[in-house]
Amino acid sequence: MEKIVASMAGNVWKIVKNEGDAVSSGEDVVILESMKMEIPISAEGDGIVKELKVAEGDFVNEGDEIAIIE
Amino acid sequence: MSFIEELEQRAETIKQGGKDKYHEANTKKGKLFVRKRLELLFDRDMEIEDAFFANCMAGDLPSDGVVTGIGKINGQNVCVMANDSTVKAGSWGKRTVEKILRIQETALKLEIPIIYLVDSAGARITDQIEMFPGRRGAGRIFHNQIKLSGRVPQICLLFGPSAAGGAYIPAFCDIVVMVEGNASMYLGSPRMAEKVIGEKVTLEEMGGARMHCTISGVGDVLVKTEEEAITYARKYLNYFPANFRYNPPVTDPLDVKASEKTIAEIVPENQNAAFNMLDLIDQVIDEGSLVEVKKEFAKELITGLARINGRSVGIIANQPRVKGGVLFTDSADKAAKFIQLCNAFNIPLLFLTDVPGFMIGTKVEREGIIRHGAKMLSSMSEATVPKISVIVRKAYGAGLYAMAGPAFEPDSVIAFPNAQIAVMGPEAAVNAVHANKIAQLSEEERSAFIQEKQDAYREEIDIYRLASEMVIDDIIHPDRLREELIKRYEIYEDKNLTFTERKHGVYPV
Repeated sequence: MEKIVASMAGNVWKIVKNEGDAVSSGEDVVILESMKMEIPISAEGDGIVKELKVAEGDFVNEGDEIAIIE
Repeated sequence: MSFIEELEQRAETIKQGGKDKYHEANTKKGKLFVRKRLELLFDRDMEIEDAFFANCMAGDLPSDGVVTGIGKINGQNVCVMANDSTVKAGSWGKRTVEKILRIQETALKLEIPIIYLVDSAGARITDQIEMFPGRRGAGRIFHNQIKLSGRVPQICLLFGPSAAGGAYIPAFCDIVVMVEGNASMYLGSPRMAEKVIGEKVTLEEMGGARMHCTISGVGDVLVKTEEEAITYARKYLNYFPANFRYNPPVTDPLDVKASEKTIAEIVPENQNAAFNMLDLIDQVIDEGSLVEVKKEFAKELITGLARINGRSVGIIANQPRVKGGVLFTDSADKAAKFIQLCNAFNIPLLFLTDVPGFMIGTKVEREGIIRHGAKMLSSMSEATVPKISVIVRKAYGAGLYAMAGPAFEPDSVIAFPNAQIAVMGPEAAVNAVHANKIAQLSEEERSAFIQEKQDAYREEIDIYRLASEMVIDDIIHPDRLREELIKRYEIYEDKNLTFTERKHGVYPV
């Protein structure tokens, strides 16, 4: 099980992978928007998105959980 | 027994190092014997070894737990100090310290690089008066390191623990390579932490290789095996001269890595979209020549040595793929040391700029982002080596300054045609200037108004306007970047200047 966390504070701009989707290492799961930039948050290993902890428009702090990959 | 037989027998015993059980324990951990490490490190083993017989009268302390000598790496003489962890866990006695001091002083005298192969439990408490406090005590090792710094390259390969005071050997090196699982650095062990401050923590969590290379930044390069660490050190040294008096060696040029995409295709037009800066770097440098420093730390900034047409260059590049390429405290810190490293050894600098600025917010202000940013600006500003800034996309705010902006005496600032240089991006600027007006407008009017103002702002910071004002020296086709850099670096090569006259600056640390 891998926890994906926000690399920096920002808003959730786009959900790329939904619950149940397969992801591979390095693939984007969500994209944040911060400092006017798109900040892709990617998976570190292969797996299935078990749980998404955020919705588009949510504010997240650095280190907040974004998704759980299994 | 003849004299010769005695010599051979004694030498043979010393060469074996410590007891078999310690060799076996090391093998289980994937650790090589110190003499095997040196054989792999040098072109053809050590050329000369000094104080091989140190403490031979003790009987059970071969070479007093450290091997010191000189060997060749890529034909260049290099001094070495290598702990033997099969001898009292590589701990330091009086002669161990003296041997380390002498090889450092040899490096200073000959002005050749020095490599520290560290695998040591620290001081021998039983010998403390002889080895700890005095003029030739362990403190002098660090004093010597500080004196050597910037004069000759200093590398630390960390194969085991580097505890308490010993942890300062890596700290004063130009670069620290750590073997995951075995290497560690800490001032107080987990056992001591539990006793003194009541913290329960594992060695890996507190001072392991991964922690230091990803979080603390005390480690620079994380590797899986000792062989990998040695290969890295040999490759890394290729980019450096023997000392600060010379330029780095030049090798045969190689073509760039074959790619389906050109630089113009790699960089997205949309300023806010992410892309991988490493793909652009690949299209500028000789294939396979990038040696990243602090690859796992503060990844929003790439720092690495590479070759362009066979010549060493130090690259500082924003990575839009990570945290938008925004500069943070750690990335500023990472840049500051890397720039110092390159400037010390006459390695030209290349800044690849695509930066939205320094991070803002409470968290980074509390971390002292202004102070850390000042370190980066200070090192960059003081660097007198050939220095080129390429504005790949955006250079906003103090980000422009930190990435060798025009005011910091780069030899040239060249921009791609879609580059933007400004105090802030169009979105932020329109918000800042017209916040009150935007708030008063109705929903329908709002977006049109914002669009209109953003377009006007974009026109205002148009790159041709900046070229017209001679803020930048040239605008080039992105696919011509390598060609342009080759010519410019060759022309700037003999640049030789002193930054300013003084004892030294008062550095913002």
